[in-house]
Amino acid sequence: MDLGVLRVLALLLVCQLIGEVVTRAANLPVPGPVLGMVLLLAGLLALRRVPEALERTSHGLLDNLSLLFVPAGAGIVRHLGILRAQWLPIVAAIAGSTVLAMLVAAGAFLLTEALLARAGRKSAASET
Amino acid sequence: MTHGITNIWVYLEASPLLGLVVTLCAYVAASALYQRTRGFPLFQPVLVSVVAIAVLLEVGHIPYERYFEGAQFIQFLLGPATVALAVPLFANIERIRRAAPAIAVAIVCGSATATVSAVVIGRALGATDVVLRSLAPKSVTAPVAMGISEKIGGLPSLTAALVIMTGITGAMLFPSLYAATGIRDWRARGLGVGTASHGIGTARALMLDLTAGAFSSLAMGLNAIATAVLVPPLVFMLLGR
Repeated sequence: MDLGVLRVLALLLVCQLIGEVVTRAANLPVPGPVLGMVLLLAGLLALRRVPEALERTSHGLLDNLSLLFVPAGAGIVRHLGILRAQWLPIVAAIAGSTVLAMLVAAGAFLLTEALLARAGRKSAASET
Repeated sequence: MTHGITNIWVYLEASPLLGLVVTLCAYVAASALYQRTRGFPLFQPVLVSVVAIAVLLEVGHIPYERYFEGAQFIQFLLGPATVALAVPLFANIERIRRAAPAIAVAIVCGSATATVSAVVIGRALGATDVVLRSLAPKSVTAPVAMGISEKIGGLPSLTAALVIMTGITGAMLFPSLYAATGIRDWRARGLGVGTASHGIGTARALMLDLTAGAFSSLAMGLNAIATAVLVPPLVFMLLGR
């Protein structure tokens, strides 16, 4: 039997567990698994490489990431009444704000990079 | 004979196996449909699976709680999967380090835009106060969004459903939106979709481009923090306490 997968699962769950405990103890606004992700990233940075078994198992999990949201999504059946009565504002708010947020975040990123690059070039030019 | 079938149904309804099998099969079938139609946006696998399961629960008069007894085993894997996002992040760590200031600006702007525009659009079209409060944190990953929703007077379980709808919307729209607006940088695309539509957007980004996936994972994580800090004051300002 391939112990690699089990070891990786144990590692991921231990990171999550530490994350859950710390975020609760310190009352942080981050979810436990996100802190667990930071923890694993710190470990990988210290190690300077990704162990082969971790690479394989994480790909297996992440390739099917969207499946894991289906149970929560089906929870919509508990609120069909609200949805039926207010479908227009809800759908418009979600569609409109999602498009706007995607454009603003991507635009702000590109704009900041361009401004920083220009400032960098200017200071480099004034030094010579 | 009918007695036998009723007995089997009684067993299935009480066992967690049903919710688990239904979720897996719905998703496998929805993914096959999506591939068969070469990624037709309306056949986004999460959307098709959720609709199919919702119809089944309604028609079969199965309470959601009963379904969730089985489906929770799938949802449970979200925790370790989130931790595993460290792997694509690590692969892109140099690019992330170099772009750090721009990433921070993008996430704060994107987070504020997602919240304010959702509340403003919803209010203009007549959504009730509790729906607006449940909508405000919908761009962030479900556990955080539910916590914020509770704090600001929304319905956490409604927020969970709105979070998933937002994720599906982002995953559906982002490739054509960025193609249409000429934003070709995969880092910017990843940041945008991760900020606006959390893990479902990230799942789609990971399928299209690894760099986009890494930036999307990062945006999702950082946006959880930004939204937890920004949403309560923004909502109290827009809607009162």
